Amino acid sequence: MLQENQQNKTDVIVVGAGPAGVSAAVTVARGSKNVVLVERGNFAGAKNMYGGVIYSHAAQEVFPNYKESPIERFVSTHSYVIMSENDSTTVSYKNPAHKENAFIITRANWDKWCVEQAINEGVYYAPNTLVKELIVKEGKVIGIRTDVEEYYADVVIIADGVNSLLAKQIGLRKDIKLKNVFMGVKEVIKLPSEVIDQRFGLINQTGCAMELVGGPLKDLFAMGIIYTNKDSVAVGLGVSLEDLKNNKTKPYELLEKMKKHPFVADLIQDGELLEYSAHLIPEGGYNCLPKLYTDGAMVTGDAAMLVNNVHFEGTNFAMISGKYAGETALEALAKNDFSQNILCLYKKKLDNSFILKDLRTYKNVVKTLTERTNSIGYYSNKLNEFLEIFTTADGVEKKGKFQKFAKHFFTKRSLAELFKDGFAAVKVMFDILK
Amino acid sequence: MSEKLPEKIEDKLFKLKYKTDSQCHLNPDQSKCLQCLEKTCTIICPANVYCYNETENKLTVSYEKCLECGACRIACKHINWEYPKSGKGVQFKKS
Repeated sequence: MLQENQQNKTDVIVVGAGPAGVSAAVTVARGSKNVVLVERGNFAGAKNMYGGVIYSHAAQEVFPNYKESPIERFVSTHSYVIMSENDSTTVSYKNPAHKENAFIITRANWDKWCVEQAINEGVYYAPNTLVKELIVKEGKVIGIRTDVEEYYADVVIIADGVNSLLAKQIGLRKDIKLKNVFMGVKEVIKLPSEVIDQRFGLINQTGCAMELVGGPLKDLFAMGIIYTNKDSVAVGLGVSLEDLKNNKTKPYELLEKMKKHPFVADLIQDGELLEYSAHLIPEGGYNCLPKLYTDGAMVTGDAAMLVNNVHFEGTNFAMISGKYAGETALEALAKNDFSQNILCLYKKKLDNSFILKDLRTYKNVVKTLTERTNSIGYYSNKLNEFLEIFTTADGVEKKGKFQKFAKHFFTKRSLAELFKDGFAAVKVMFDILK
Repeated sequence: MSEKLPEKIEDKLFKLKYKTDSQCHLNPDQSKCLQCLEKTCTIICPANVYCYNETENKLTVSYEKCLECGACRIACKHINWEYPKSGKGVQFKKS
């Protein structure tokens, strides 16, 4: 091991230039301390994909000039699509007052822009740098070892994403279970901007965030997404790794099935594939959180498994947790104490914020929903069946059709299952409100 | 669907940009593969990296297609899983 010296030592090292890492680094730089932001890709965003949006509240908090960033579209419409085999029901929510609550970006463009801001504010940026391991001395993290060198810092902020080999190395994270990780696969499909506006009912370059359940996804714990970029559409899904394994389903084949559903097929017709991508999503929630800090190090964003899967929130958790870690590092530098005694402040900040409060609220929700996976398909079908009857005029009296529907509702699914579904729904509500 | 929206995974991956590492970063313990009944890696991998060759009784690893997601790492303890070297591997540009 090389000795620590003036040339290879800085105040703070941040590993990973995603939303968590860049937010941490820029926060440290704003406190006039030296910070090195390390990224294994050859540009920020090269390894990143998401199935979501950037939330303005978080972007505003870290980059007040975020409106200058490469935004594809602000989200004006949230749609929920409940599919059956061929038909579907859509619920859409629009609110002019919320039109700037969230926006859609592509990671390669946006992550790069964030890093450029950080560099302008004094962050030293090192792309093409894979951290092989953390340097630990007497139980305290004191630096990083890359392919080519060792580099030391008073504080290391770990923002290396969902797989976080670094948090695992120092024992903050245990092995993740299959059921606590979702596979995200996505295709970005090119379509003319005006065609997107027309198909999604959008005006003035506003955007649509769509979530889909049931139909082709009904046998697995899975949810589809469709988001509008300026002149492309992102179509993807998130599915439990455990369900893929148990159902022997390949993720891209499931996506292919979803793309063939008439609702989706109509939206992407005549489009051209620009890029296919895949990424894991940590979905274990509060019960799977790692230890968030140790002597000399803190874990942020996906590396800390900070995701609220029910609401598709992750990018905001990443940015705000990064900011808190940056603030805590500044505090530690001011006191010249990098032990857990000071770094526990990071956990306190998270505890007092929406991040851990929300994760605590939702801690049992996903477990309850997972246990009722097969009910999603059942009720999706029933809803669409009902609306098929309701909207069909064919010269046949309605009464008989509704009687048959009502009879099937209670005979095609056992009373015990129906009861369990109802119980699960009440339990979810109780868990959130209690 | 049209050629513009390819259905085959190989055609989807063909659209991606890679900086291929000269060394394989995914190294399964082949002796364990022989006894493995589930071969989960061949199912969950989003890039079809793993294929079991029945005639040679060997797991083939097309690491150059890897999207570095880590699913195989979580599904199987017997894969020595590393990231590709600095700057190497997949480069998402529109995701």
